[in-house]
Amino acid sequence: MARITFLEAIRAAQLEEMQRDDKVFIMGEDIVCNVFGTTTDFVENFGLERVRDTPISENGFVGAGAGAAMVGMRPIIDVTLSSFLYPAMDQIVSIIAKSRYIYGGQASLPLVVRSCMFYGNSNAAQHSDRPYPMLMGVPGLKIIVPSGPRDMKGMLKAAIRDNDPVFCFEDATLWSGKEEVPDDPDFIVPIGKAEVKREGTDVSIFAIGGAVPMAMAAAKILADDGISAEVVDPRTLSPLDREAILKSARKTGRVVAVDPAHLTCSAASEISAIVVEDAFDTLRAPIVRVTTPDTHMPFSPVIEKALYPNKERILAAVRKVVGLPVPA
Amino acid sequence: MPDKTNDRSLESYRRMLRIRHFEDRAEAMHAAGEIPGSLHTYAGQEASGVGACMALRDDDYMVGTHRSHGHPIAKGAALRPLMAELLAKATGICKGKGGSMHLSDFKVGSLGETSIVGSGLPVAVGAALGSKLQGNDRVSLCFFGDGASNEGAFHEACNLAAVWTLPVIFLCENNGYAVSTPASAMVSVKDVAERAKAYSMPSAIVDGQDVEAVFEAVTEAVTRARTGGGPTFIETKTYRYAEHAVNMGRVLLDRGGEVDEWRSRDPITKYRKRLVEGGVAEATLDTIETEVVAEVEDAITFGRESPYPTQEEAFDDVLSERLPIPAFLTA
Repeated sequence: MARITFLEAIRAAQLEEMQRDDKVFIMGEDIVCNVFGTTTDFVENFGLERVRDTPISENGFVGAGAGAAMVGMRPIIDVTLSSFLYPAMDQIVSIIAKSRYIYGGQASLPLVVRSCMFYGNSNAAQHSDRPYPMLMGVPGLKIIVPSGPRDMKGMLKAAIRDNDPVFCFEDATLWSGKEEVPDDPDFIVPIGKAEVKREGTDVSIFAIGGAVPMAMAAAKILADDGISAEVVDPRTLSPLDREAILKSARKTGRVVAVDPAHLTCSAASEISAIVVEDAFDTLRAPIVRVTTPDTHMPFSPVIEKALYPNKERILAAVRKVVGLPVPA
Repeated sequence: MPDKTNDRSLESYRRMLRIRHFEDRAEAMHAAGEIPGSLHTYAGQEASGVGACMALRDDDYMVGTHRSHGHPIAKGAALRPLMAELLAKATGICKGKGGSMHLSDFKVGSLGETSIVGSGLPVAVGAALGSKLQGNDRVSLCFFGDGASNEGAFHEACNLAAVWTLPVIFLCENNGYAVSTPASAMVSVKDVAERAKAYSMPSAIVDGQDVEAVFEAVTEAVTRARTGGGPTFIETKTYRYAEHAVNMGRVLLDRGGEVDEWRSRDPITKYRKRLVEGGVAEATLDTIETEVVAEVEDAITFGRESPYPTQEEAFDDVLSERLPIPAFLTA
């Protein structure tokens, strides 16, 4: 075990998997100069063939990753910021997601597309996205949003070993957080499994990415008020762990879904719909979603900060679903 | 015994004929309602596909387009799974999930026939990157049209292949039209091959109705790619006889005498004449034609007698593990 940051966990996962399997390589913009610290010493370890800078051609190099995967490689495609996925949407949706299907299983695309969600830092609307819900509507992709260094390392390693395309959304608000992370090179956190981060009986808080530590902090405060909150991290958004979601919802009968994405068609919306469809009879209160409103992210920090989910909004949502007065 | 060159010539003739007969029959079956969906025929362009593929090894990669019938046949694919696919059957090359725009046979090195214009180019580049990283000498050939050369994906793919010195052959089948719009009005250069200069790539323009000319140009490009010389751009000047897709009446072009003019240079008729002039017996070519007709009919029978996919198949191949079947389909 070692106590490492989220970014160090990304590096460790990539390093171990590239050492284990020479089919794994990494490419993206400014990989060699190691902007965020996730490829420290990689050129020295693996050389410039396997640690590959790309031109600013997201559609081109994401598609090249698809082609390389089809011929037996296992690319890690680093699309620096999640809003840079948009120029590559054609390759993501029409090639990566659909090739296995339209060719009747002849194509296999074992690749990972990593991108970070860098928001809350006055980078304005084009650099502050949390766009995983857009891809949740695309069959054929797996989507993970790890919420801490341990899950980050274990899930990224699982993603690199997975035989399907996996999109890894890295919440930059978690970058500097530290956690004990196993050194075992075969430590894996399986894709498709939610985790109960804190057991509780009165309310289920489903939280995604950077919302997980907020939900944990809120749960601690709620405990002092005599409210037992369960915090569930879906971890994988595609496919969602329906059973774990329903199990917790049925146990507590009250649901708050916290998601840094925009409200409409968010992961929180999908979780809410699953609960309403299959556990409605056990619900004791309407579900509350805590998300980012359907507006763009403004530059001015004075008006940006309040738009994202935070501990106070989670506390207010929980108090509402458990029937306590919510302070104005 | 025919020499090696003659073997190749007869095989080129056979493959072009296969494409023509396969599509003639498919068009009739489509008109009769037997083949669902749309049908984008390749008739007129056979020399381009066959000339290019004859220059490749069986294990070389190839990526194609929505006009997908010709490429796999040119690369040597068996006809049965292709025809069964058009007929939407479970024995189809894509298990009945791809259809006319996606006749891609991975057994012959195909990595897809994709129906978003230009989207195959980055994939072909990626396959070539895979060859380079794996240290093998497989090359990657990408078919695309004049229309695709206006897509961003085209330019990104060309630049990537050039800066990474990848073994790619960019084969532009310039058939003069993107659906209804003429290349003369939509492409900023007279010859699409001029665009290769922007990527420091050697290029060639060849008569796409001449299977030997295409073969020679692509052979040179393949040699360059296989020996580490990087990508080459080849433009074949060719023509599709039919409209963009069968029954697209509204965009049927008034192409004047253009179609007749191109038909007078039909690649198959032209090549047959050349083979006969070169000393190949008419009887030999007749035999090939008889065999091809029988092969196509056999593929049709196979397709017709094959079962349709089961409903569960709709949930297979989305991911590597089959998805659960929704309750409304199992009740």
